[in-house]
Amino acid sequence: MVETLDQGIHRLRFDGTGLAAWDSGLLTFVAGVTRLCANRGIAIDTGGLPNGAQRLLSMALAVPEQKVALRHAEGQGMLAQVGGATIEFFRSLPLMLHFLGEIFQSFARLLTGRAHFRGGDVWREIEEVGPRALPIVFVISFLVGLILAYLGADQLRLVGAQIFIADLVAIGMVREIGALMTGIIVAGRTGAAFAARLGTMQVNDEIDAFRTLGISAIDFLVLPRVLALMLMVPLLTLYAGFIGMLAGLLVSVTIFDIGVYEYYAEVLRALEFKHFMVGLSKGTVYGAMIAYAGCLRGMQCGRSAEAVGRAATSAVVTAILLITIAASIMTIVFYQLDI
Amino acid sequence: MTEAHATDDKPFIEVRALTMAYGDFVVQHDLDFVVNQGDIFVVMGGNGCGKSTLMRALIGLQEPTHGSVFYSGEDLWRAAPEARQRLKRRLGVLFQGGALWSSLTLAENVALPLSEYTDLPAARVDEIVSFKLALVGLAGFEEFYPAELSGGMKKRAALARAMALDPDILVIDEPSSGLDPLTARRLDELIVELRDSLGTTIVVVTHELASILSIGNNSIYLDPETHTMIATGHPQVALKSGHPKVRHFLTRGET
Repeated sequence: MVETLDQGIHRLRFDGTGLAAWDSGLLTFVAGVTRLCANRGIAIDTGGLPNGAQRLLSMALAVPEQKVALRHAEGQGMLAQVGGATIEFFRSLPLMLHFLGEIFQSFARLLTGRAHFRGGDVWREIEEVGPRALPIVFVISFLVGLILAYLGADQLRLVGAQIFIADLVAIGMVREIGALMTGIIVAGRTGAAFAARLGTMQVNDEIDAFRTLGISAIDFLVLPRVLALMLMVPLLTLYAGFIGMLAGLLVSVTIFDIGVYEYYAEVLRALEFKHFMVGLSKGTVYGAMIAYAGCLRGMQCGRSAEAVGRAATSAVVTAILLITIAASIMTIVFYQLDI
Repeated sequence: MTEAHATDDKPFIEVRALTMAYGDFVVQHDLDFVVNQGDIFVVMGGNGCGKSTLMRALIGLQEPTHGSVFYSGEDLWRAAPEARQRLKRRLGVLFQGGALWSSLTLAENVALPLSEYTDLPAARVDEIVSFKLALVGLAGFEEFYPAELSGGMKKRAALARAMALDPDILVIDEPSSGLDPLTARRLDELIVELRDSLGTTIVVVTHELASILSIGNNSIYLDPETHTMIATGHPQVALKSGHPKVRHFLTRGET
């Protein structure tokens, strides 16, 4: 077809006689041919086409293609994308710190009794975060406790020290894994919900409505959520630890022939107060981080449905990243301090 | 503009050399206009001309690149935080979609500004809330959540919230967008009624011809081509003998 056009043709005419029906396929074909002909200086006559088709064609060809409208079509190389994302990350750092600072200021107002928020909001968030997370935390911690017990028992059996399953599961769940698992569950459940909730409020101008009234959105929306998570994640952590120990008991008694009382006594001997303190402090820190990540991404959200989805995803990723970093730092610090 | 308003030497709302830009892209530059007390001042223009950006500069949400907004001679953008807060409290804002707080009932929405900024006892707040809701025709809807209301009811409820603190100035973004013609007209009538009875000065940002022509008594047109304003005065006059671009806009391109 293109070769035919190059063979010195000066005029091209469409003949639509006998054409019974037509659709957009015909129009795109004619538009394509028109463009090819225009490049080669060939006159084109669409007079033979059905009336409606001619009208639509002249509408489509009336406005020349805008360069700006196609700007997104250009792809970027992988290196450029990685570079862009890195620059974007460092640009967002001051904003993240600024938000953190605002939360601290809000806490200062809370402590001096000047924060504007409703106690009822804290209770509602607590209810949403805590009791409703119990089933999923139960399932996950139980299974993780089970895995831990099996894994440990298998190794400990080699030296005939199965009874130490109790120590392994109890200390492991209370100190470390309970908080970590709870943190990840709450990040997925609640962190994402915070970001979606605040993001939707951003889309609806609700956050701006706070700002125009001079009511701090941080006090009113962020503070109750941070408080709720800092209270509830440690409690869920305790619960997760307890459930994990139950799973360990089940494995010990049914598979490895350890008595119920033996296990119980060993757990009591192994667990010290400091282990609980470590677990609780980790839970508190993770809770604060989940609330921070969720609220940060929600407040930064753009003004579209797509942006709300991205905010929720980003909240979970940020929260899990922060939790993992904090877990590593705290584990090392506690070890060095011999706690 | 008229003699009656020229008693105070400081204009009620004054916009001076206001330029708003996103990065290198100048949305509008060198806006200069004065809104007199008791005006219904219309900011009109087509989609994407910068109406909403101007509104955000007026209500203290988006800092202009140059110039500023003065309320009774006080500079909103150069004021100390506390002074700015005080200026902002003179404003009531009605956002395009209403922007009611979705987790609060209508009564709580209207009550929140009152309980934040006044020491009124709870019973008194409840009375005021019911009165404001009745004023916009929503008596009995106190315990409804925004999601349970139609678009027109949301806007009226948001108007009640914007009026909660009896502001001197009401800034309204697209009052009739998303409303059917009759509902839109009732909202327009409500706005005029508020001005007439309370003396509230009203700034309306809109492209709805029916609203512009029926409620405005002064206006500017934001031109998307030159990125600045054309002073247009009373919309009805502008329709007959205004700048050709404004007539073009007000007649939907027929002149």
